[in-house]
Amino acid sequence: MEDDAPVIYGLEFQARALTPQTAETDAIRFLVGTQSLKYDNQIHIIDFDDENNIINKNVLLHQAGEIWHISASPADKGVLATCYNKTSDSRVLGCAAVWRMPKELESGGHESPDDSASTTQTLELLCHLGSAAPSNVACVTWEPMGDGKKVITLADNHILLWDLQESSSQAVLASSASLEGKGQLRFTSGRWSPHHNCTQVATANDTTLRGWDTRSMSQIYCIENAHGQLVRDLDFNPNKQYYLASCGDDCKVKFWDTRNVTEPVKTLEEHSHWVWSVRYNHSHDQLVLTGSSDSRVILSNMVSISSEPFGHLVDDDDVSDPEEHHTEEKSKEPLQDNVIATYEEHEDSVYAVDWSSADPWLFASLSYDGRLVINRVPRALKYHILL
Amino acid sequence: MATEAAVPGPASGPGDSPEGPEADAPERRRKAHGMLKLYYGLSEGEAGGRPSGPDPLDPTDLNGAHFDPEVYLDKLRRECPLAQLMDSETDMVRQIRALDSDMQTLVYENYNKFISATDTIRKMKNDFRKMEDEMDRLATNMAVITDFSARISATLQDRHERITKLAGVHALLRKLQFLFELPSRLTKCVELGAYRQAVHYQGRAQAVLQQYQHLPSFRAIQDDCQVITGRLAQQLRQRFREGSSGAPEQAECVELLLALGEPAEELCEEFLAHARGRLEEELRALEKDLGPSPPAPDVLEFTDRGGSGFVGGLCQVAAAYQELFAAQGPAGAEKLAAFAWELGGRYFELVERRLAQEQGGGDNSLLVRALDRFHRRLRAPGAPLAAARLTESATEIVERVARERLGHHLQGLRAAFLGCLTDVRQALAAPRLAGKEGPSLADLLANVASSILSHIKASLAAVHLFTAKEVSFSNKPYFRGEFCSQGVREGLIVGFIRSMCQTAQSFCDSPGEKGGATPPALLLLLSRLCLDYETATISYILTLTDEQFLVQDQSPVTPVSTLCAEARETARRLLTHYVKVQGLVISQMLRKSVETRDWLSTLEPRNVRAVMKRVVEDTTAIDVQVGLLYEEGVRKAQSSDSSKRTFSVYSSSRQQGRYAPSYTPSAPMDTNLLSNIQKLFSERIDVFSPVEFNKVSVLTGIIKISLKTLLECVRLRTFGRFGLQQVQVDCHFLQLYLWRFVADEELVHLLLDEVVASAALRCPDPVPMEPSVVEVICERG
Repeated sequence: MEDDAPVIYGLEFQARALTPQTAETDAIRFLVGTQSLKYDNQIHIIDFDDENNIINKNVLLHQAGEIWHISASPADKGVLATCYNKTSDSRVLGCAAVWRMPKELESGGHESPDDSASTTQTLELLCHLGSAAPSNVACVTWEPMGDGKKVITLADNHILLWDLQESSSQAVLASSASLEGKGQLRFTSGRWSPHHNCTQVATANDTTLRGWDTRSMSQIYCIENAHGQLVRDLDFNPNKQYYLASCGDDCKVKFWDTRNVTEPVKTLEEHSHWVWSVRYNHSHDQLVLTGSSDSRVILSNMVSISSEPFGHLVDDDDVSDPEEHHTEEKSKEPLQDNVIATYEEHEDSVYAVDWSSADPWLFASLSYDGRLVINRVPRALKYHILL
Repeated sequence: MATEAAVPGPASGPGDSPEGPEADAPERRRKAHGMLKLYYGLSEGEAGGRPSGPDPLDPTDLNGAHFDPEVYLDKLRRECPLAQLMDSETDMVRQIRALDSDMQTLVYENYNKFISATDTIRKMKNDFRKMEDEMDRLATNMAVITDFSARISATLQDRHERITKLAGVHALLRKLQFLFELPSRLTKCVELGAYRQAVHYQGRAQAVLQQYQHLPSFRAIQDDCQVITGRLAQQLRQRFREGSSGAPEQAECVELLLALGEPAEELCEEFLAHARGRLEEELRALEKDLGPSPPAPDVLEFTDRGGSGFVGGLCQVAAAYQELFAAQGPAGAEKLAAFAWELGGRYFELVERRLAQEQGGGDNSLLVRALDRFHRRLRAPGAPLAAARLTESATEIVERVARERLGHHLQGLRAAFLGCLTDVRQALAAPRLAGKEGPSLADLLANVASSILSHIKASLAAVHLFTAKEVSFSNKPYFRGEFCSQGVREGLIVGFIRSMCQTAQSFCDSPGEKGGATPPALLLLLSRLCLDYETATISYILTLTDEQFLVQDQSPVTPVSTLCAEARETARRLLTHYVKVQGLVISQMLRKSVETRDWLSTLEPRNVRAVMKRVVEDTTAIDVQVGLLYEEGVRKAQSSDSSKRTFSVYSSSRQQGRYAPSYTPSAPMDTNLLSNIQKLFSERIDVFSPVEFNKVSVLTGIIKISLKTLLECVRLRTFGRFGLQQVQVDCHFLQLYLWRFVADEELVHLLLDEVVASAALRCPDPVPMEPSVVEVICERG
């Protein structure tokens, strides 16, 4: 089973930002943004050749500053947004911008991995997602199902909804909302829900989770003290519209039903340090990936709260593909909620994990020391789910 | 010599002669011995163990019957020397003299007696002769008397016969008179109320009247009698029905009615109906005692009243019933059983209601005594009520109450435990007066432990009353077996320990997220408590229980080891939670300090930041706190000889080695490579890992959590040159003071180095401070 072995790729710099190329559904491609204060930062486009188990990379310069967050447009393969820090005379500014990568790299340019040539390529700036007032942008999130025209940024205590116009070269602030309260409130993370016609966004600030309606920019729900400490990340269940997962500094991953926010539906406590990232598999939502600063990546099987529970029909409103209907008809042994695998290839804190947008059985994780690891769901489990 | 040898020959011969003919080998041997012995002057008896004493046939024995002076003299002359002869002569003369004087005295003494005896005999002879004459006369007189008597009886013969006949007639007439008088007598009896007498008469006359009823005169009498008897029966019934009279009188009525030949079935029904009325009254009285208002009489009084009133009544009824209606056979017995069962059921219901009111109360001895009374009372009727199975029901009630009591005690123990916890909380929360130290954790722990233990013991003692020998139900199988093992051991003790563990664990589960509801000291204390339970208390309590309640039941019980494991697990979880909570407190402090500072425009460090001092202070406080309850634990050996001085040298040299590459403008790869290689060789640090039960492990856990937080926070910030230097100073300060708390100081070095390395990476202009300057600043405080 040579292809069960993880594939490791090392970056030269520290890195925190990882995203799949969302609009790409054929090739397995991840984008990684680096963090360096002294050198020009880069965006690595990592192509994974599943058949040959080979990684191809292309490097783009991102000279604006160190990248804290990266997200790819769901509609246009060549467009991506980053949050970056700009340091200028003893001030650190968190900015966000939308970029376009060179045309030939969009679908994975097949240059030789000789990077001496490729480093010269630079991103083309489309527009800044920043208002006049300096603020620290923590997160950029695209409208998941849309045409790549809507973006939300979280800056300090503001949620800003941008309309990208004229092939994304101009960003117009469509609407915004602010979080008011005691002390300095700062959003740490946010996700745009793929359900409800993409009208909902969830954000995290400190220990609280909040849901927002993008049409009215008003708060829908609020989970106070969702975690004992800071909430680091959250993700929506792609198939069950009310379910979302969150993770935080209390080492826990919690699953919520937004209709009943008093108690989490389920809590996992497998990591031994802060959990920085949580991701649902895009098609099989029982597979949940988490990355933590204990240097581990954990793949969990949350059958009991997935859209494919044993012996239950899929809810009517669930978005499900034919494949899942197929699996539903088969009788299979009930699976318990459990940890499928713990991946220990990293040696530093893992700040980002994500599934490939092309292959639902493949995921990447990125640790601070710049190590990117590509792993697969164990075969036995894959067949178990499929058959 | 031959003659000498021959002399003892005949002497011994006659002595042995009786057994001569059958003399076998041993006998012969003995004979030979005997001869030798005789020769040497030993008596055969002395040596041979035969019956001693002189041989009666010995001719040389002076006092013997066969004494032969010739032989004796001959023997003396032959055997003895002259001196001895002389001696024996004088001796003999002296003896003869003594004998003579003795004889003389005897003769003198007895002479007078002989004289008087002779006189008496002579006088008797005279008297007898006179008496003989008298006797002859008497004989002749008697003959005359006999003759006369025969003549008289002959003459009186026929008169005697007539007198006998007359006497017979007289008796018959008296009987007849009784019969004729019977009606009036009966009437009189009825009037006087002497029913028993009347029934007695009636019984006597009945048979005769029955026999001669064909005679008109007798018939009339019988009719009269029947009328009267009818009236009598009616009156009896009336009296019986009135019901005012007591049970014995009623029983009497029924007995009389039965004797009058009334139908037993009907009487039986009526009897029971009456008894029911009476018993129901008792029950009503009891129910009134029960009342809706708080019961006035205590439970003992209640059961007493019920026992004497109801149960006593029931027993009387049963006894009377059996006596009266024994003839009814099994059907009657069944009826009684059903009756007793029904009323007994109602009685039990009342008792249970009363006992239920008692459940809340604390006085076990009173309850047990009441139960004992109740049970004993019902056991006493025994045989008559056996069919109704009241005893079994009573036992069931007692068992139920005992079970409920156990539940109550378990509840009480839980409440006591929670009470202890509340006390501890208060003690911990109480504001420390200036200079006045509150009770130390160890004291609090001791208080809690002893108070719980005493509560357990009190409960055991209270429950033990149920099995006391003098209590009537203690030898029931339930109380000997199940009550002890399942009830007391499992239900009460094991149940309590389990619930204690659960309560303690709930402090871990209810997250301290909501503002840290549980004070960490309480977690620590509970953890130690559970650990103590694991090591000693559980087995002690269980042994105590097993001893007090000699468990004979074979049903499986929870072994000590399982409980201990549970307690240990609880202790571990509590301690881990404690570490998390305390780690969180320090983490928050560190995190705030990193997040809120503007690290880019900070000034050159002059001091260690106050937060770091605070961290060290807090860690020291935690160290003291934990030290009160937990042992020191083991450290890696190297720490023992590391002093402040050597340590700082070591750390600074280390820093230089580590940071050097990243400050040179060479490829950044080197840093990564270096730190990666470093990580390859160091063990992965599990930050929130389970801790062991010692101080060092606890402190290590807390420090690990804090430093890891510091690391992660530093990585999120960007530092100016002085910001980096400040971090350097802070880390060095932490290094100076934290190493002593942890098991492996390498860990602190590693984490702090990583913090400084990360800060250096997060600094666009990394110029480290001179290690010596860092040291100076740190030493300055």
